[in-house]
Amino acid sequence: MDLDQKSTRTLNYFVPQMVTISKSGILQLSILILFIMGGFYALYIQIVDGHIVTGMRDNVVWGLYIANFIFFIGISYAGALISGILHLLRVEWRHPIIRIAEIITIISTIIGPAYILLCMGRLDRLHHLVLYGRIQSPIIWDVLAISTYLIGSIIFLYLATIRDLAALRDYPFKSKWRHTLYKFFAVNFNGNSKQNRYLERGLNIMSAIIIPLAVLVHSVLAWIFGMTLRPGWHSTIFAPYFVVAAVFSGTGVLIIALWVFRKYYHLESYITKIHFNYLGIILMILGALYAYFTFSEYLTSWYGSETWEMEVLYKLFDPHEYWWWFFFAAIVGVVVPILVILIPQFRSINSITAVSVIAVFALWVKRYLIIIPTLETPLLPLQDMRPEYIHYTPTAIEWLLTFAGVAMFCFLFFLFSKFLPIVSVVKGEEGTNYAELRKTVMQRIIKRT
Amino acid sequence: MKNKAADHRRKFLKSSIYAGVSAIAGTSLIQGCNTGASNAGEKVKLLTTDGTLVEVNQSNLTKMSHQPVSPDEARKGIPGRHFVMVVDLSRCRNARKCIKACDHHHQLTPDRPFIKVLRMQDNKASSPYWMPKKCFHCDNPPCVKVCPVGATYKRSDALVLIDNKRCIGCRFCMAACPYSARVFNWGKPKPQKTDHSYSPETSVPSQIGTVEKCDFCPDMLRQDKVPHCITACPNGALYFGDQIADSVTNGSETVRLSTLLRDKAAYRYHEELGTEPNVYYLPPSDRLFPFKEAPEGQPS
Repeated sequence: MDLDQKSTRTLNYFVPQMVTISKSGILQLSILILFIMGGFYALYIQIVDGHIVTGMRDNVVWGLYIANFIFFIGISYAGALISGILHLLRVEWRHPIIRIAEIITIISTIIGPAYILLCMGRLDRLHHLVLYGRIQSPIIWDVLAISTYLIGSIIFLYLATIRDLAALRDYPFKSKWRHTLYKFFAVNFNGNSKQNRYLERGLNIMSAIIIPLAVLVHSVLAWIFGMTLRPGWHSTIFAPYFVVAAVFSGTGVLIIALWVFRKYYHLESYITKIHFNYLGIILMILGALYAYFTFSEYLTSWYGSETWEMEVLYKLFDPHEYWWWFFFAAIVGVVVPILVILIPQFRSINSITAVSVIAVFALWVKRYLIIIPTLETPLLPLQDMRPEYIHYTPTAIEWLLTFAGVAMFCFLFFLFSKFLPIVSVVKGEEGTNYAELRKTVMQRIIKRT
Repeated sequence: MKNKAADHRRKFLKSSIYAGVSAIAGTSLIQGCNTGASNAGEKVKLLTTDGTLVEVNQSNLTKMSHQPVSPDEARKGIPGRHFVMVVDLSRCRNARKCIKACDHHHQLTPDRPFIKVLRMQDNKASSPYWMPKKCFHCDNPPCVKVCPVGATYKRSDALVLIDNKRCIGCRFCMAACPYSARVFNWGKPKPQKTDHSYSPETSVPSQIGTVEKCDFCPDMLRQDKVPHCITACPNGALYFGDQIADSVTNGSETVRLSTLLRDKAAYRYHEELGTEPNVYYLPPSDRLFPFKEAPEGQPS
């Protein structure tokens, strides 16, 4: 495949980083593997002894695992919605960040559902979902939606990567297996106009499909809670609320990932302040939307003041229970990012990344606060003598598996970056075409007026 | 002459299966007797249906292990029945005998009881009362709706049961049940003594990582008996019966269900949730006992 000068430069820049690993890289990698091993150890204990080793009990039947599940599915939005929308809108600056966004999607769509498996009491009966699956259950909706979403995201990433795979196939690698691998996945792509046209069409279709699919996945996830008759869950706005929260956290994680890769691989010339500014503004708008939903949700249940709903609200606003967490999740995590990004003087690569970290943490806490206080508030009075049945406290096992998930996320990201350039190398032709098209359209409009 | 007597005895024994079982310690039932067996072995006293005591040779009795129905069979309800429970709150004084009987029968440890007796107080002005609470076997059960594998299901006789061989332990049913009726086997359940295979109708043996709850003792219902908690209640607070037959019994008296519900202004707990429970409560007015607080440290 013929490459232009810029693409060749990019390729020559990335390939050495793909085939070698630095000493500090090995150290970081072993730390990640250590955390992952810790997770496997915790999983072993949980399988042998049962879920008694977790902090979950008969009232609080779901805990950290489900919070992590929602969190990871949430950050998967980085790729699906952002790269899908940016692709359809032909936003020119998306090219250097779109690959990272799509990889986030795929990794978190793999890790998220793993937490559902950790939560299951009988992992050995997973096949029952196929044997006896009931379409009436929101869990089956989730299984169908997430698996479709994962497959769709993989296809989307693959289509967006074919040009790079072809370039890598033609690159003189020393190791033969890389050559075979890239040759297999490049499916004889040579960049002729017919192939380009089909590829472009495929990408357009996939990005159009992936957006409603992503919305659906998080709506279904919200419905798991929304469909139950419980205070704080049984709410009609839960699906859009979850979707907005998910894109918010997804954008945050994307900004953090860009910052890390920019530092790690020295991509200053590819990922610039413009990317952080634009993504920061998206983050700000989503933060405002999220705050609006939060306000609407809690105002409605407070104003209605139904006893059952109020019990949950009181827990969230009680300084001895969840107030400080709620304050962080619903107020600090939204107001600080909005203010910092809103005021141009505060806007910098580092500050935008810092508020993204705050937003992402706040969103994780929010997921925790959605699940635990509601489960701690059953309709019938809790008259249990055992404190662990009244209050949920995550155990070391659950924390180990949580950290293992984050470590796995970083590890898989690292693995990806060894097989594919983290920034797309070969740009499609559609960008220039579109700019020309816009030019002609604009000229026509000007002529008419 | 001898043959004729044996024949007669066999007939009579068959007719006294239910009456006779209480006379034999344990759970074995009499199936019949062997003709020709004569004087060997000890004599056993049995009570006949008409209330007379007879002596039978033990060798004439064979032990019949009472096998509960298979999980597949347990998905079908007992035809023509619609079971209901009525709890008379004016008669409950937190004696907790129902919990004990239930725990014993289902071989439960105290950390995961099927029945809870809750201290309730509807508002500040009214007196507190005790409310025995088990699974409500709803006609519109939120738990059955959400189960992804159909491990918990609704039967034609109104029962909601769990097949713990199919349950995947996702606990969605527990999150969905507004009445906290369900318990989970978080760890390995304590070893349970049973001579028969698992059936959703007995809920024994328990399995790690699966959900359990009050099952209305269908194994008893199949023998035309009432659940263990009903007979265990010393105050007759618990009634059990059939909506179609329109009769319920608390073990000592049998009353017409519709009359009882109408005259005592029965209600169902949180009717507004639309779950259509099959457990009715009679309001705690004209109480049999004054309310007394529970002793310190008593689990609910």
